[in-house]
Amino acid sequence: MTKSSPPSLDYRLTVNGRPHEVQDSWIGESLLYVLRERLGLPGSKGACEQGECGSCTVVVDGRAVCSCLVLAASAVDSEITTIEGLGADQALSDVQQAFIDAGGVQCGFCTPGFVVAVHHLLSNHHDPSDNEIREALSGNICRCTGYGRILEAVREVVVRRRSS
Amino acid sequence: MTTAVSTRLRQGTLGTSAVRPDANAKVSGSFAFSSDMWADGMLWGATLRSPHPRARVVSIDVSAALAIDGVSCVITADDVPGQLTYGLIAQDQPVFARIGDEVRYVGEPVAAVAADHPETCRRALAAIRVDYEVLDPITDPEVCIAGTEDLLHPDGNIFREQRVVHGDQSITGEVVVEGTYVIGMQDQAFLGLEAALALPDHDGSGVELYIATQWLHEDRKQIAACLGLPEEKVRLVLGGVGGAFGAREDISLQVHTCLLALRTGRPVRIAYDREESFYGHVHRHPASIWMRHHADRDGRIRRVEARVVFDGGAYCSTSPAVLVNGISQIQGPYKCPSALVESWAVRTNNPPCGAMRGFGVVQACFAHESQMDKLAAAIGVDPVEIRLRNAMETGDVLVTGQIVDDVAPVERCIRETAALPMPPLSPDSDDYRDIPGGSGLTADRRHIRRGVGWGVSIKNLMYSEGFDDYSTARCRMDDGVVTVKFATAEVGQGFVMLAQQIARSVLGVDEVLLDTIDTQIGSAGSTSASRQTWMSGGAVDAACRAVRERLLDLVADRDGLDRSSLTIDDLDITDGLSYRRSVVDAARGLRIDETAEYRHPPTEDLDQNGQGNCHVAFAFVAHRAVVDVDVDLGLVKVVQVATAQDVGRVLNPLSCVGQVEGGIAQGLGLAVMEEIVVADGLVRNPSFTDYLLPTFLDAPEVVATFIEEFEPKSPLGAKGVGEPPCISVTPAIVNAIRQATGRDLPRVPVRPSDICL
Ligand code: FES
Ligand code: FES
Repeated sequence: MTKSSPPSLDYRLTVNGRPHEVQDSWIGESLLYVLRERLGLPGSKGACEQGECGSCTVVVDGRAVCSCLVLAASAVDSEITTIEGLGADQALSDVQQAFIDAGGVQCGFCTPGFVVAVHHLLSNHHDPSDNEIREALSGNICRCTGYGRILEAVREVVVRRRSS
Repeated sequence: MTTAVSTRLRQGTLGTSAVRPDANAKVSGSFAFSSDMWADGMLWGATLRSPHPRARVVSIDVSAALAIDGVSCVITADDVPGQLTYGLIAQDQPVFARIGDEVRYVGEPVAAVAADHPETCRRALAAIRVDYEVLDPITDPEVCIAGTEDLLHPDGNIFREQRVVHGDQSITGEVVVEGTYVIGMQDQAFLGLEAALALPDHDGSGVELYIATQWLHEDRKQIAACLGLPEEKVRLVLGGVGGAFGAREDISLQVHTCLLALRTGRPVRIAYDREESFYGHVHRHPASIWMRHHADRDGRIRRVEARVVFDGGAYCSTSPAVLVNGISQIQGPYKCPSALVESWAVRTNNPPCGAMRGFGVVQACFAHESQMDKLAAAIGVDPVEIRLRNAMETGDVLVTGQIVDDVAPVERCIRETAALPMPPLSPDSDDYRDIPGGSGLTADRRHIRRGVGWGVSIKNLMYSEGFDDYSTARCRMDDGVVTVKFATAEVGQGFVMLAQQIARSVLGVDEVLLDTIDTQIGSAGSTSASRQTWMSGGAVDAACRAVRERLLDLVADRDGLDRSSLTIDDLDITDGLSYRRSVVDAARGLRIDETAEYRHPPTEDLDQNGQGNCHVAFAFVAHRAVVDVDVDLGLVKVVQVATAQDVGRVLNPLSCVGQVEGGIAQGLGLAVMEEIVVADGLVRNPSFTDYLLPTFLDAPEVVATFIEEFEPKSPLGAKGVGEPPCISVTPAIVNAIRQATGRDLPRVPVRPSDICL
């Protein structure tokens, strides 16, 4: 049996507006892995690594994607926004605050993915109906809440944004 | 929602929707789950598992794996220094399968590696050569019950056989209904996968483990035994837990991670992926339950007979306890003077099964609630009426002979559920998202039939059959700063918030710090069996009360006050006359430190006739489900679930709603979509692509109300709320589908083909 070590690569990613050097990375690493294990950004979670649960949702060039399905090395020229890039100067974003107020957080494992997905939804759609919210977020699995309080949280943000 | 609030409550105290202390970190992505743990010089660990449901391990050759660059070590059964097996009830599960022994299920660990990168681990696992002599698996529990010479394990093929013989055995009913009900294997499917980080002590004499678990101290006991270390050399710290639902009661990667760390002298992290998680933890027992109800002509139950078979899979886990839970509550929340139950939990070469939310009662409830609808039909009354006529009350007797001496508002649960508003007959729009099949656009509303169904359940709280599952808590007040410590696993349910609420209420302070959740204090017991609000809540309450008494003693002494007239009123200490000073201020310069243990009254084992006071307490709940069914394609949309739940007292309204809605979604999953499909011992769908979970679009509207009748047995007057929501909702949904389709549907999950073929 021959010795083999995975072929490695150096590249740069732009995450939350800041450049990050990635060194000695195996080419097969997903964006989720690189964010979590190499760049010190573990806010994005992995629960299936098959694009089924949405825990790993990040925004790449304006599109919400499952970072588990993106090869990190393919995102070199992209603008990547993760949960760590939401909310300004230590303050919570309105979506994050609404998740707390409405009781949308239990174990919290799904929460970062949901928060990113809700931000993305509401930036494209200012006044979604309940069914539009449900459908837009149906790629994000939550095993704890049954989604009721999450729906409430999104509704609250819609109302607050409308009145501000 | 009816939440009685008699006096003004200070925000953050008991009875208010206090905010979780971990919420901020969780919404910002900075909360450290066990899978986020990281240490300098850390290695990755991975586990090699059996591809066969049953085989003899002939040889294991790890040399090629060891030769790979970046691989630090490979370990097998030969490297386990202590006890070779572990388990919650019987220690029958090997840390690794040994050469010459059998592997007993697909996924049984055979070896583990530590390496510098997950990809190196994968290559190393692929390079390990294991020769197996493949054997014929036993996958049908009935083979074990019938008796076979072919023993799957030295401990035998039966985990437990238990009869229940209760009351006058000659009773028969004028009306008799019967049926056989089958429950599929459900997965807890917590979102946060198994993960742990082990840090070896510098001299290799001990280890620290960051772990997502339900019970730190039980884990420590089992880990230390396998490592051959004294318990004090194994320190466990709770890593952030991404849900549990029973799947973290058993050992999974704990021992492997510690072994690799001790062997390499470096920090080691193991993190399962979803497929490995399906193999790495126990599931809900698949079951087959035959039941016969005897009733009077007016539908009053006279006798139940049942034959109950739970398939425990390859290893014991908690199978004996799960079985007893199911059979001891097989009558449901109904009066029943006579019973005969035969039951078995057996070993097979299927995946091991153990705890999942509802713990045996889910299976029993699907059977008894299916029977109640049959009984209603036989008598000619509606499903609500038959349940009201039989509703259990305080003082009624279980088939185990145990008197239910709790608050038992079964009739109120049913009536208050019935009073909740029904959904509109059909939505105004033809929005495809409201119709079975959803965005598949397969149905049109004219072909859809609506059904309404009921389910009611009883659920025991706390551990049973003589188990002393006490809980410990410590409260310190240091210069006015309150810190609470406990080993209670926070798995998402919100105990961290409840502990603060208790301390705020008892001590009259707003600021309550929480110490690290670890094994540096006594056991809290497991976060399961709906027990932590009662047990750890009781312990925190007792510790805080002890601190309060001591504080008032010290203040009385110091300030020359009459101790007997001192009380805490809101945020102040007062003697009711001229003395009033804020607690924080009055406590300056004082140090108080109290630890308390809370125990529930002892329980008994069941005797050979299944008689005995085996449970501590009970909670009750009713569910009404409204479904729309596309009968041509067999697709179901659960439109609404209404529920009234007996909670004793609402300690945190928002949190109770969260438990109810989350539990209902899981019960819905079992009713219509969730099943680990196992064929000849092989798991066919170990992924989220093939194991279907309820999504946002599947979740029904939930209308909930809470029945608040203070439970005098409970330290806070509250009953656990975690399990009841997921129990009777499953039969409620299936009864609704039955009503809509006229189908028998003896099995869950109900598959499209069960409806349309
Ligand atoms: S981890 Fe990416 S979708 Fe589940
Ligand atoms: S809060 Fe636990 S998975 Fe959503």
